[in-house]
Amino acid sequence: MRALVPVLSVVAAIMVLWYAAAVPMNAQWTRDQAARAGTEIGFAEVLAASFNQDRPRLPAPHQVVAELWNSTVIEELTGRRGLWNTGTLSNRSLIYHGWITLSATLMGFAIGTGLGIVLAIGIVHNRAMDQSVMPWAIASQTVPILAIAPMIIVVLNSVGVTGLLPKAIISAYLSFFPVVVGMVKGLRSPDAMQMDLLATYNASEAQTLWKLRLPASVPYLFTSLKVAVAAALVGTIVGELPTGAVAGLGARLLSGSYYGQTVQIWAALFAAAAVAAGLVGLIGWVQRRTLRRMGMAA
Amino acid sequence: MTRAQAIPAAVALAAVLAATAMGGWRAGLIVAVWLGAWAVNARLAASARGRLAVPALFGLTLVLLWEMATRLYAVPPVILPPPTAILARLATGLPVIWGDFVQTFVKGALSGYAIGCSAALAAAIAIDRSPFLTRGLLPVGNFVAALPIVGIAPILVMWFGFDWQSKAAVVVVMVFFPMLVNTVEGLRAATAMQRDQMRTWSAGYWQELRYLRLPVAMPFIFNGLKISTTLALIGAIVAEFFGSPIRGMGFRISTEVGRLGLDMVWAVIVVAALAGSAFYGIVAAVEKRVTFWHPSQRNRG
Repeated sequence: MRALVPVLSVVAAIMVLWYAAAVPMNAQWTRDQAARAGTEIGFAEVLAASFNQDRPRLPAPHQVVAELWNSTVIEELTGRRGLWNTGTLSNRSLIYHGWITLSATLMGFAIGTGLGIVLAIGIVHNRAMDQSVMPWAIASQTVPILAIAPMIIVVLNSVGVTGLLPKAIISAYLSFFPVVVGMVKGLRSPDAMQMDLLATYNASEAQTLWKLRLPASVPYLFTSLKVAVAAALVGTIVGELPTGAVAGLGARLLSGSYYGQTVQIWAALFAAAAVAAGLVGLIGWVQRRTLRRMGMAA
Repeated sequence: MTRAQAIPAAVALAAVLAATAMGGWRAGLIVAVWLGAWAVNARLAASARGRLAVPALFGLTLVLLWEMATRLYAVPPVILPPPTAILARLATGLPVIWGDFVQTFVKGALSGYAIGCSAALAAAIAIDRSPFLTRGLLPVGNFVAALPIVGIAPILVMWFGFDWQSKAAVVVVMVFFPMLVNTVEGLRAATAMQRDQMRTWSAGYWQELRYLRLPVAMPFIFNGLKISTTLALIGAIVAEFFGSPIRGMGFRISTEVGRLGLDMVWAVIVVAALAGSAFYGIVAAVEKRVTFWHPSQRNRG
């Protein structure tokens, strides 16, 4: 609550800057048009025109909001291919593209998280695995894996794996690393005293894992899940770039960039931001609920 | 052979036989090599001097298995070329790859990294003077840092043209927020006691910044710098998918994929991986020199 006023004023300042920046960015085009038509125009006309171009260099915030509204609610309700008229989501609406991206993200996130937890358990229990896998897991993150995402997609397509799975594999790869690192840290977080206590109870390795290590790792898990889900979304979007701009928010970005539809790019970008914020927020909510139930809430 | 050794050996033998029975002699051979290397690795890991040898052997094993799998099963090179073919292509295509490397890494990623990180550092010092701005900008910065920022690549390519300037711009935006958030956090790391001490010496704002707060913030700043190394390379390469001159690593990857020249693609990826790791390693080495006093560095001995 204490942060509400500062945050709102920062956001308001960004809005003002955005509108201010839209004028010099877009004015050139308006002036060119006027010069071509042979008319003189004053600053007031330039100002008004900068906020209402079809293909501005920098669309004004209200144009982006209008495009978001048009390509979701309006398109589905009144569009020829919209939900209202056909019963299926329109392939021109951001809801459809957002859903494509979201489903691949969630699938990749689930695969990556599952693998990450299994690998972390292995690393904690096996010295050879710790020493051989961990350095490579860290080194693998200095490799710009996103750069080869398009190639993975093309190769998987050529061997007959299509649909959600190729994108999900990329987002799984990206989301897997934060989970491994966080879980290894979390599984090792019980201190010597707690481990000794379980040893005096004659607890087996499996019992120690279930009753001490896993519960102790939950706070670490949620923290890394938030990072992982954001990474998974980035992976999916980049994975959609080379598929020939068929479907998904990444495809929307690419087709917008091909046809100079700047407003469409910005709308897709904001849709992606909303998806990211929603996913991170959802995990944060589950985290608070879970930690409170476990009596670990900060 | 003791009993403790006999049981894993028997399990391994059974696994090799099962793989041979189900997948033919090729699968059996691959599983045998894998288990053999793993046994050596487990032996090494148990001894004290395995710190470097174990990961190296693990990596070598993976490459060897890759080579064996592609050769034994005659995988078409358009799907997965063997490592030796990639190395050969790397050797023959070196001049081309060097040109791509300079275009993407030196011009795009490095310049963007330098601009973005120094701008974020300056911005962090500026907003740190106002608690109001800090409280307002930190949540916004954290939010933006979680967004899929690569998405702005098409917009910036439209604004700054196809050459390296637009790639540097993407990198600037990508590294700015992680760097900003980390630096602001670091500038707050000095304790009240330390700051009081500086004041009793009647240190001015800039002296306090220079002699206390920046040094204390260094671990945080380097954390941001290290995160940014990977982001910089990713940003520069991905931005090239939206338009580039006829050189650059992203350009090479996308065109060679189109021509099914997968060995060239992998060669570029190897170079990107080496460049990324070296970049990270250099920043980490500088960190070690600068923050030698920090517990996380001292414990490594």
